[in-house]
Amino acid sequence: MKRLHLEGLDALFGALRGAGYTLIGPRLRDRAIVLDELESAAELPIGWTDREQDGGHYRVAARGDDARFGYVTGPQGWKRWLFPPQEVLLRARRLGQGMRIEAATVEAPRRAFIGVRACDLAAIAVQDRVFVHDPGYQARRAACFIVAVNCTEAGGTCFCVSQGSGPRAGAGFDLALTELCGDGQHRFLVEAGSQVGATLLDTLDAVEATAADHEALEAGLARARGQMGRRIEHEGLAAALREHLDHPYWQKVGERCLGCANCTLVCPTCFCAEVEDRMSLDGSEAERVRHWDSCFNLEHSYVVGGTVRTSTAARYRQWLTHKLAHWETQFGVSGCTGCGRCITACPVGIDITAEAAALRQA
Amino acid sequence: MSTAAADPGLWLPRPYRVSRCKRELSDTFTLELLPADGEAMPAFRPGQFNMLYAFGLGEVPISISGDPDAIGPLVHTIRAVGPVTEAMRALQPADEIGVRGPFGSHWPVADAEGMDLVIVAGGVGLAPLRPAIYHALRHRRRYGRVCVFYGARTPDDILFKTELKRWRGEFDMLVEVTVDRATRDWAGKVGVVTRLVEGGGYDPLHTVALMCGPEVMMRYTSRALEARGVARERMYLSLERNMKCAVGLCGHCQFGPHFVCKDGPVFRLDAIESLLAVDEL
Amino acid sequence: MGDIVRIHQMLGEHPFLGELPESVLETLAGCASNCMFAADSIIFRDGQPAQHFYLLRYGTVSLEIRSPGREALLIDTLYDGDVLGWSWLLPPYRWNMDAHAMTVVRALAFDAACLRSKAEADPALGYELYRRFVPVMGRRLMAARMQLADLYARPVKACR
Repeated sequence: MKRLHLEGLDALFGALRGAGYTLIGPRLRDRAIVLDELESAAELPIGWTDREQDGGHYRVAARGDDARFGYVTGPQGWKRWLFPPQEVLLRARRLGQGMRIEAATVEAPRRAFIGVRACDLAAIAVQDRVFVHDPGYQARRAACFIVAVNCTEAGGTCFCVSQGSGPRAGAGFDLALTELCGDGQHRFLVEAGSQVGATLLDTLDAVEATAADHEALEAGLARARGQMGRRIEHEGLAAALREHLDHPYWQKVGERCLGCANCTLVCPTCFCAEVEDRMSLDGSEAERVRHWDSCFNLEHSYVVGGTVRTSTAARYRQWLTHKLAHWETQFGVSGCTGCGRCITACPVGIDITAEAAALRQA
Repeated sequence: MSTAAADPGLWLPRPYRVSRCKRELSDTFTLELLPADGEAMPAFRPGQFNMLYAFGLGEVPISISGDPDAIGPLVHTIRAVGPVTEAMRALQPADEIGVRGPFGSHWPVADAEGMDLVIVAGGVGLAPLRPAIYHALRHRRRYGRVCVFYGARTPDDILFKTELKRWRGEFDMLVEVTVDRATRDWAGKVGVVTRLVEGGGYDPLHTVALMCGPEVMMRYTSRALEARGVARERMYLSLERNMKCAVGLCGHCQFGPHFVCKDGPVFRLDAIESLLAVDEL
Repeated sequence: MGDIVRIHQMLGEHPFLGELPESVLETLAGCASNCMFAADSIIFRDGQPAQHFYLLRYGTVSLEIRSPGREALLIDTLYDGDVLGWSWLLPPYRWNMDAHAMTVVRALAFDAACLRSKAEADPALGYELYRRFVPVMGRRLMAARMQLADLYARPVKACR
């Protein structure tokens, strides 16, 4: 483990830009921590936090210090950069009675993701499995450099500990930072997680971390763990969900759920997509576009003649059972990484941890 | 990060040229297709489907209705029920459509060797079963008794009528057809397809049953088969769900833990029967 | 006398009456007679008193509903080994459909009034008859419900 001083962050940004990466990271916009293109470390949400989160509730506030990564999880995950909300898959041109169909060119710019939390690293690993054969996803994924940031504080809706995904970044990063600024010495601990990361780290003015640094890191992680007020108990949960498909409890959740699809849009692992074909006005050219869909949309389960899941209860059941039971069967991992975004983004405050607990005991 | 598993052709339909269009019923037609580039076609197994692309309008999953062992065009029998399939009905020879596939699981025709084969179809559900029937006819001696039980709405809705007659006449095969309603010019059976199943003609203890039709029809058919003594683990059925990708990426066809596009469309009954009982799954 | 013996034997061979005790067969034989219908003839008509039921030995019978200005609608077809008619069991003992012999039909006809009075006097006989008729009625009701569902109809998008 190495240690970088505060200015080392600028050097890291510079080195990544020098290596041809576009930087994507957090900034404060519209009273939220959002992910956006960054030019320099000065654009980070310095001194801001968004740890005040609860069911249907999100507030940013000044921290009273100048922490660069003092926020927790903003409303967006990283999936939009790997699995864009809209993507052209192919283009077709009419040739007489025939057609020529070509795969759309995949744009896969070199991007560095700055500030990926452990829960979101896990989410990227989940989508790596889902999209294992998808050419666009894989090309974009291969072109990205990941700078993770360990969490030394938890947000109000975080529960990564119970999902085994955080608060420490375990794998899947090129570099992992830990920001330490509470003791008057603003510094970053840096760990390389890949050869590319190690090579880049060698170019920075980093020194060996001290025993005190290690202790501060452990203390920070322990603080984050201790702050998490929610958890999902997994013992018997998947089996209970599979067995209780007809339980009246779904109706109770269905009565609260607005079917707005916010949870699926903010979820960093949700991957449902609609595929839409479009034609030019003269009928000579066509394209196929994939865009994000949600199992909360009525059309999602459309079959000839009608919709299978007409009730909100059935659609919520689809989402929750997929996330917490069927995902494991399909991809060998849970569909939930404990980021808590679905709780924060739910207008009526439906809490996945509470619903899971209720159904587990149902 | 390795991209070795990425498939650049995952989303890419291949243009096929219509070589023949045949009207089957008032709303159902068969297309015979050959690759526009003249190259070889991929092999398929009975029960598998392709994604068929109508230029600029969209893709639909359609099961293959031709003979898996024949050298010849790719055959699809399609019911016109929406804009894409309506557009396909208007196709003429030499027109092109895009084809992706084949996808999905298949009828267990190899596992059923040595057994009686009971094939129960309802409505256009006969089309996905026709490749299995062709297979059974081609390898007739590998099976015990072969029964085709087919239910249609009216005599005018009987798919592959000429072939049903030929199968009944030429081969050692029990072919029974029934319709839900008829007038006196119909000399055949009136009643539901489960009655045909109840009528026997096979050895329940040594039978593999393949079913395709509306889910309700398959539900009652499986009960009738079970009442005769056919074990649920020897019954197979084909499901239909919304599909946009056919490769487990779009999420639409989920049925409990299953992706109908890649774990199905053909399922063994005992693997999904508890899910079939759940409303709005 | 030879006729009675012959009928008794035919009763024993018919699948509907399989495994009946000899004594019950004897009683039934007393109410049964052999009958034949020409192809394209009417066996009974909707509204007529249900004075018989039939065990089909050979041929095809269609159950039909007539309505003015329309061709007869075939609801069900029955074959060798099937039983035709259950309205004789339930008041007011009238047929609810037409039975049409599509081919030459040979059957055993049972005198309904005779059987009803014997069943009244002998609950064991009555039980045997009901035990055999109820599953037939159940199967036909189920079939009618499935037909009502019109499963193979062109799907219509549900209006919401």
